[in-house]
Parts: sequence; C-alpha cells; structure tokens
Amino acid sequence: MVVFEKPKALTDTPFHYCPGCTHGIVHRLVAEAIDELGIEGNTIGVAPVGCAVFAYNYFACDMIEAAHGRAPAVATGVKRADSSKIVFTYQGDGDLASIGTAETVHSAARGENITIIFINNAIYGMTGGQMAPTSLPGQITQTSPYGRDVDTVGYPVKIAEMLSTLDGAGYIERVAVNNVKNVRNAKKAIKKAFQNQVEGKGFSLVEVVSTCPTNWGLTPEKALEWLEENMLPYYPLGVYKDKFADKEGEK
Amino acid sequence: MAKVTFNTDLCKGCSLCVSACPKKIIELDGNTINAKGHHPARIIDQEACIACAFCATMCPDCVITVEK
Repeated sequence: MVVFEKPKALTDTPFHYCPGCTHGIVHRLVAEAIDELGIEGNTIGVAPVGCAVFAYNYFACDMIEAAHGRAPAVATGVKRADSSKIVFTYQGDGDLASIGTAETVHSAARGENITIIFINNAIYGMTGGQMAPTSLPGQITQTSPYGRDVDTVGYPVKIAEMLSTLDGAGYIERVAVNNVKNVRNAKKAIKKAFQNQVEGKGFSLVEVVSTCPTNWGLTPEKALEWLEENMLPYYPLGVYKDKFADKEGEK
Repeated sequence: MAKVTFNTDLCKGCSLCVSACPKKIIELDGNTINAKGHHPARIIDQEACIACAFCATMCPDCVITVEK
C-alpha cells in the first residue's frame, strides 16, 4: 500500500528551486489539495513573479502567468468570466505584499471567491536577497546590510492580520512549514481554502511562513530553525478570520 | 513491510529528510553524486523504517515514495 507519493496534480518537471527551499513543500500541498478534492481538470492557477514564476510548469492544471503582483486581479477576471472554475493564485511576499498590495487588499475587500496561497519568507528570493516588506526588524539582507532599521524603512507588513480586518475577507489563516506537524496543519488550511471556494463561500487566503536558505545564508536545516526562532514570534500562526465557521456555529 | 524509495536523480541533498526521520536511518550518500551534482539521500536500514512518511512530508522535491 502506498503511504506517500508525488501528487498527480504536479507534472514530472523537476523544481528549479534551491536545495531545501520550502516552495517545493507548498507546491506539493497545493497539488495534494487539488487531488483530494478531485478538481484538477476544473482548476486554473495564476503564477506570480518571483521565484515561483515557473509554477505554471509544475502544476498539471491550467495556469496563467500574471504581471508582477497582479495575480489576484487576473484571478478575479478568470473567476468572474467562468465561476464554475476553481481559481487560485500562488504568490510570494515581494509579489503579494509589495507591488501587489492594492490588488490583494481589494480582492479581499470585494470578497472575490478565489483562493490565495501567500508565501512569506521575509526576503526577495529571485532578485538576490533584497529587503522585502515582510523582512523582520534588524534582519540583514542585501539592501539592509546593517539590519532592517525600522526608523528609516518602517515595520514589516503583517498580511494575515491586515486582511482579517476587512469585511469582505472570508478565511485567513497563517501556517508554517518548518516541521512535520506544521506542514500537516498547512495542508489542512490549504485544503480548506480550496474547499471554501468549491462551496462558493468567498475569499480565502493562506499565508505560509517559509524559508529562503540561499538568501538567508543558512543551510536548509538551520533555515528552519531560524524561521522558528525569529519569524514565528513576529508572525504568530493561527486562524485570523473564518467568517464561514462563525455562520455555521463551529470553529 | 515498510519500504522507502528515493528518486535520487531529483534529490538536491538538502537533508531535511535526514533531520525529520525519527529513526535516524536516512543519510546523504557521500560516495555518490547524482545528475544534479548533489550527494543524494539514501536509507541505511530499511528494516527499521516505520513508514511514518515524515521524510517525504519534509522533502521539497517529491523525491520520496513510502509504502507499507
């Protein structure tokens, strides 16, 4: 009996990601959710700009590449043109939390019935490790060599907390992929975000606290430790909003 | 019986599976270099495997298949 194998919703193309990059884990979780809900033939994904730009090569469903940060706007258009399709975006922090903030906030405010998978690894990966809106105070990056100075460049953007204040947002949860337990919780959250859309409930976003071993300058194992010690205190995990659960009287 | 197979050509030697394994029966094979130029992970004691799939859960590259 097979206990674990590569999900069908992933193609045979090997990931281009660096060794130990958690993008691979999250890609797999999304594909597992698609497999388990049996929606592969009916799903359209929207890829971002950033390290995950080649996501369209990896998912077996139909994929569209959006301009930088505009994936929620493209997803809105696709969903409104054919509401029978399941539409998801997969975006990093440089894409969703920086140049695409407007599209993100307003798609949530409108309560679009789409699913957003948001990868927060506190740095710009593809461009070489510059400071991102989500970089931690004091974090050393290529463009903050003395550490992020909050007096001059401000504080990190907490997307899950911010979006959970919007009435249009339906389901907002922050998860991490630093150990087996958290990966399994992340899987549940991602599947729920898709399930909400299948049931026509509305806007769902899952923020996944992730690593960037290459640009953090750490080994993959040390990067997971750094995530737990530094990112999780600043980005607490949990369900920030679930208005669908409230309606049904469950949590 | 539990059986773990590694698609070694896809392995990038990140060793996340090594640290996830509760039985400590996975190691990077220092004598082998795969097509990508990494030392791939391998199982050193198949008999001790409990098919928990922790290794496969943490693998970012879908290298591992677990059967029992």
